[in-house]
Amino acid sequence: MLSGGATQIFVGLHLIHEVTSPQAFAALKELGMKVRCPDRTVATVDHIVPTTDQSRPFSDPLAEEMLLTLEKNCQNHNIKLYGLGSGNQGIVHVIAPELGLTQPGMTVVCGDSHTSTHGAFGAIAFGIGTSQVRDVLATQSLTMNKLKVRRIWIDGQLNQGVYAKDLILHIIKTLGVKGGVGYAYEFAGPAIEALSMEERMTICNMAIEGGARCGYINPDEITFDYLQGRIHSPVGSSWDKAIHWWRKLSSDLDAVYDDEIKFDASKISPTVTWGITPGQGISIEELLPYPESLEDKDKQIAEEAYKYMKLKPGSSIKDVQIDVCFIGSCTNGRLSDLEIAADIVKGNKVAKGVKAFVVPGSEKVANDAISKGLDNVFKDAGFQWREPGCSMCLAMNPDRLNGSQISASSSNRNFKGRQGSANGRTLLMSPAMVAAAAITGKVSDVRNLLTQQS
Amino acid sequence: MEQQNLKDTFPKGCIEKITGSCLVLPGDDIDTDRIIPARFLKCINFESLGEQVFADDRIEKNGSHPFDQTTNKDASILVVNENFGCGSSREHAPQALMRWGIRAIIGQSFAEIFFGNCLALGIPCMTTSASSIRAIQKEIHNQPNQVWKVDIANCLIKNISREWKVNIETGFQEMLLKGQWDTTAQLLSKKNELITTMNKLPYLNNFKSMS
Ligand code: SF4
Repeated sequence: MLSGGATQIFVGLHLIHEVTSPQAFAALKELGMKVRCPDRTVATVDHIVPTTDQSRPFSDPLAEEMLLTLEKNCQNHNIKLYGLGSGNQGIVHVIAPELGLTQPGMTVVCGDSHTSTHGAFGAIAFGIGTSQVRDVLATQSLTMNKLKVRRIWIDGQLNQGVYAKDLILHIIKTLGVKGGVGYAYEFAGPAIEALSMEERMTICNMAIEGGARCGYINPDEITFDYLQGRIHSPVGSSWDKAIHWWRKLSSDLDAVYDDEIKFDASKISPTVTWGITPGQGISIEELLPYPESLEDKDKQIAEEAYKYMKLKPGSSIKDVQIDVCFIGSCTNGRLSDLEIAADIVKGNKVAKGVKAFVVPGSEKVANDAISKGLDNVFKDAGFQWREPGCSMCLAMNPDRLNGSQISASSSNRNFKGRQGSANGRTLLMSPAMVAAAAITGKVSDVRNLLTQQS
Repeated sequence: MEQQNLKDTFPKGCIEKITGSCLVLPGDDIDTDRIIPARFLKCINFESLGEQVFADDRIEKNGSHPFDQTTNKDASILVVNENFGCGSSREHAPQALMRWGIRAIIGQSFAEIFFGNCLALGIPCMTTSASSIRAIQKEIHNQPNQVWKVDIANCLIKNISREWKVNIETGFQEMLLKGQWDTTAQLLSKKNELITTMNKLPYLNNFKSMS
């Protein structure tokens, strides 16, 4: 217990990247301190790296300086850095699970809000600010207030053509972007249990978009299977003991929650955002809402969204013309995402006038995809195949929208200006839906393409 | 002159009250991408962020954005609506606001990470009802340059004639009042407790301690 009633929590895994760490290292230096647990700290570069030519020095001197700073800090403090070309570089939330660093029962933090991703393993994982990064570097701990827990129970199963991304967009659209404030979201139920680890990561990744500080899923056999044999996973007798401990971490069957909400996965359709918050989503069959029909609290932001997005209430999101298609990010830049998209793209061509590109979430994802020939599937269809990084998820690198271009994006945020142009427009959707948009040149129901194929 | 000083000296020690003029920034769900667009995150220190606060919104509004209006130039108290600071965890957002001159924020609600980031800089974010916000906004609108006081000990915001109740969790209030919002020092003081916890965590010893 600390002053103010906050709790001090130990941090089991601290992930750092080039954007939110330099000021924290500078503060540490000012305090004359060293990193408390360098072996519990792992670094990579993702936000600013270019995805075309990654040779050094980068053509952007600021980006180069940020990378040099991270390299120097990691060297000075003995921190493992998975840098470009290491074979394990990538988006921080993609590589830590890949390497087996993220494990059940850990507290995982990173100066990045999508740290909630790691909750898919039954870890308590959340984003922190730079002063907290400093605290964790200095003390391997931070102050935290107790969260309430809301269990989001998902019955049924997702239908064909409907994915984890649609499910989480549906949840956020229903509960709102503020719905989770003060909560941790526990995702549970048959539909969640049926998901692969990669799909579970997509769900937890966007818990933050629903306002929750973190989201998690109880660890089970799927979790353990995923972890077995990864570089940092326990081995031999430690593995058996680890599983024994991990099993005990699951919520008790009679656990009492602060709140419980149920959904039925089988009722969910492909879901797309049309506005400027991730909560402004609609299913592909619906028409865009009239602001008058919305609750008071949603009216103003809806009007603002219509103005910004240049869309009309009462019209269909289907058939909206797309300029740019982006498959990637820590939400949907993993191998299974690329596989699903490649299946849809195969044998088709990107529509005329559309720029489409794929950015694998990590070097490992890229290598695995290449060994399965996915890069050629995309390239043959007219997609660009890029080097790993955050890319156009937030456009701190050369990948960005121009003017009021509109993108179909597998990322997680559609805020004004998010993709690098002050009036660029973003429609969030599943990688399958992005692939469908690339081929048809407009927002399309991917299920129609799937039936054509079968 | 006093106002000018305020802009360059950042919060220190016990924070009991903030005095100054208010700036109204209406709208719900104002996210940190808007407070500081991502391209300005390409920096290794926070120094120039003050000028870049709300950069894109200000360009769009072409001089009429609240952060550009001359009447607001010395404001130190920001008045917002709901879910302010949602989105990315970037501490650049509160840093940009602080470096512009903001020392306290009053609103209907705040995103949690943003709230925590502000607290860590010694900037209180205090909440109040929608009706109080409307009333405060109206008063400011009627007389932009009046002096306001945010009283943290008594949880009030007041001008010369009226006062409104504002809320902050007692824990955070105490941290501000006692000057203990500097979390590093606090955390360091509990070294031994931390070691005890570390010894109990199976993954730190490769699960050897598990039977
Ligand atoms: S992919 Fe996007 S959301 Fe994920 S870490 Fe990178 S910038 Fe953040």
